[in-house]
Amino acid sequence: MASKPRTLYEKIWDAHVVERRDDGTCILYIDRHLVHEVTSPQAFEALRLAGRKVRRPDLTLAVPDHNLPTTPRTDTAGNRLPIEDPQSAAQLAALEANAPAFGIDYIDATAPEQGIVHVVGPEQGFSLPGATIVCGDSHTAAHGGIGALAFGIGTSEVEHVLATQTLQLRPSKSMEVRVEGELGPGVTPKDLILHIIGVIGTAGGTGHVIEYRGPVFEQMSVEGRLTVCNMSIEGGARAGLIAPDDTVFSYLEGRPYAPRGEAWDKAVAWWQTLHSDPDAVFDKTVVINAADVEPTVSWGTSPEDVVPVGGVVPTPESFADPSKQSAARKSLDYMGLEPGQRIEDIAIENVFIGSCTNSRIEDLRAAADVLKGRTKASNVRWAIVVPGSGLVKRQAEAEGLDQIFTAAGFEWREPGCSACLAMNPDKVPPGERCASTSNRNFVGRQGPGARTHLVSPAMAAAAAVTGRLADVRTLAPCQAVDA
Amino acid sequence: MDKVSTIEGRAIPLGLKNVDTDVIIPAHWLKTVSREGLGKGAFETIRQAPGNPFDVEDFAGAPILIAGDNFGCGSSREHAAWALLDLGITAVIAPSFSDIFSGNAFKNGILTVELPQDQVDRLLEITVDHPVTIDLENQTVTTPFQDRFAFEVDPFRKHCLLEGLDEIGLTLERGAEIETHEQQRAQALPWLDAPQRRDAA
Ligand code: SF4
Repeated sequence: MASKPRTLYEKIWDAHVVERRDDGTCILYIDRHLVHEVTSPQAFEALRLAGRKVRRPDLTLAVPDHNLPTTPRTDTAGNRLPIEDPQSAAQLAALEANAPAFGIDYIDATAPEQGIVHVVGPEQGFSLPGATIVCGDSHTAAHGGIGALAFGIGTSEVEHVLATQTLQLRPSKSMEVRVEGELGPGVTPKDLILHIIGVIGTAGGTGHVIEYRGPVFEQMSVEGRLTVCNMSIEGGARAGLIAPDDTVFSYLEGRPYAPRGEAWDKAVAWWQTLHSDPDAVFDKTVVINAADVEPTVSWGTSPEDVVPVGGVVPTPESFADPSKQSAARKSLDYMGLEPGQRIEDIAIENVFIGSCTNSRIEDLRAAADVLKGRTKASNVRWAIVVPGSGLVKRQAEAEGLDQIFTAAGFEWREPGCSACLAMNPDKVPPGERCASTSNRNFVGRQGPGARTHLVSPAMAAAAAVTGRLADVRTLAPCQAVDA
Repeated sequence: MDKVSTIEGRAIPLGLKNVDTDVIIPAHWLKTVSREGLGKGAFETIRQAPGNPFDVEDFAGAPILIAGDNFGCGSSREHAAWALLDLGITAVIAPSFSDIFSGNAFKNGILTVELPQDQVDRLLEITVDHPVTIDLENQTVTTPFQDRFAFEVDPFRKHCLLEGLDEIGLTLERGAEIETHEQQRAQALPWLDAPQRRDAA
């Protein structure tokens, strides 16, 4: 098409517009809808009350993850174990009943493919490049890592998509985050996205869809790209995207839901056109120098509160904005930290490796690399690994990673969201600290009074063996990042 | 969704400012599987105080709530709208509302009426003993006395409420356009249809 140059976001958006109203609102077609147990029950109930059907059950996939316990789900005889919390049990039972009643494919809590929706989607080849993907969960942005336009929606919108396979939306603005140069040794995609959020702030992407560009992303694995796009929401953006390329295509080929044969060839031919045109104009551009990125940790209760691990806890007065100063004071109070304190002197009692940000096989490998031949420090009370899916778990077991984790004193759990949001029994006790590979360090996110430090999987492992926030590069011989 | 035209009846004179979504429905009520039954948790903390307006027998089942500035601030939880509906409230009158709340209220067929503080004050007095009438067609709030207060409403929302159209109903009216898009998509991007099914695999 010899039209005006377009961004990747505009290309995907345009391909999905059913109708555009005069006020700019569009009816946008949705290609893939992921459904989990927490935000769907009221949507199904409303459909039932209104006598409506699911328009495209074939484009919908349901899997429970948010409040499933991560302890074994069956006994040794293979019988299903009950969920103790009655409300969690009711939400799971509702999904289990609603999926077949509305003709939706359902991955059961005990199925080997079960896992966190945002891990399962790409892993099953259900999420595809150039597709519009939604889920009643804000971290749906993760699927942008394979070049999809993916974003989170509320319960009314879940109902809207179920009933119509569309949403009424206005287009977002476009934002380019361009990373120049290469990441240093021991610096991972998680460090990069924490650094980016530190630069743009949690409102930096508000009203925008971010496209991450630059050689770093071209060299990055699919797992790493999913990690980066996952946290776009912490930067205020509705979605994050990386142009799909051969790395993505070979990742997806042969996955259960992915197209095959002729359909696959056609798909790849279209996917290859999915990149921003050379002259495309972004509404906003931020340039990051990859060499500036160090292993990064969060010190406060907002994901923008980050520093390099070699740094110190900032003084509130160091922020220009008075409201940021008072927010920092509150954060430090909640986190029990003093301004000027060295990050590497912060002792931690808990380590959580998991969440849709960092629970894929590469994440577990990176952590296991650091833990190999080591054990957790005596002050680390609780350390758990929660693989993102049953398939990740099996793969890790086949590679012997579970042995490394358990030998190091970690618990090896069943897949789910777990301590990322503490809706299930996995919680960090009040006043205790956790080095966590998840995405949010909000007050109470990992349990009432819990103090979260966001880190990469390798850094979480380093924290476990030293009992404090530590620079992973000083621990192990620096390895080339699996990025 | 039910059509909304005239809402007539007793109004609960709450009057408080900055009633946030945590006050409307506390967080511990969110782990539910239904939109119904949330009325039990609605305004839980306020209702624990003796002498609160919800205890007054005359106001049982009242369809209208009168509140102060910034009603519905706080989180985006849609449960706040569901809780009001479950309580039987289909209209809220206040000097201002949080955007997200009024959006959620609209999606659930609840009318939000903005009136200046002095008119709200007058209604707070009258409603202790008398009913009020909200006429959406004519955009007025009237009392058994001579009061007649005009209010503004977004024409699109007014149309939807009067016709009982929810957003889903509206989109479903575009069914032909959606079908056309699906046909084009099946031609141009065929692999997006019919992903392999687990049971078929
Ligand atoms: S792991 Fe955390 S962020 Fe991801 S879907 Fe679950 S609760 Fe949301």
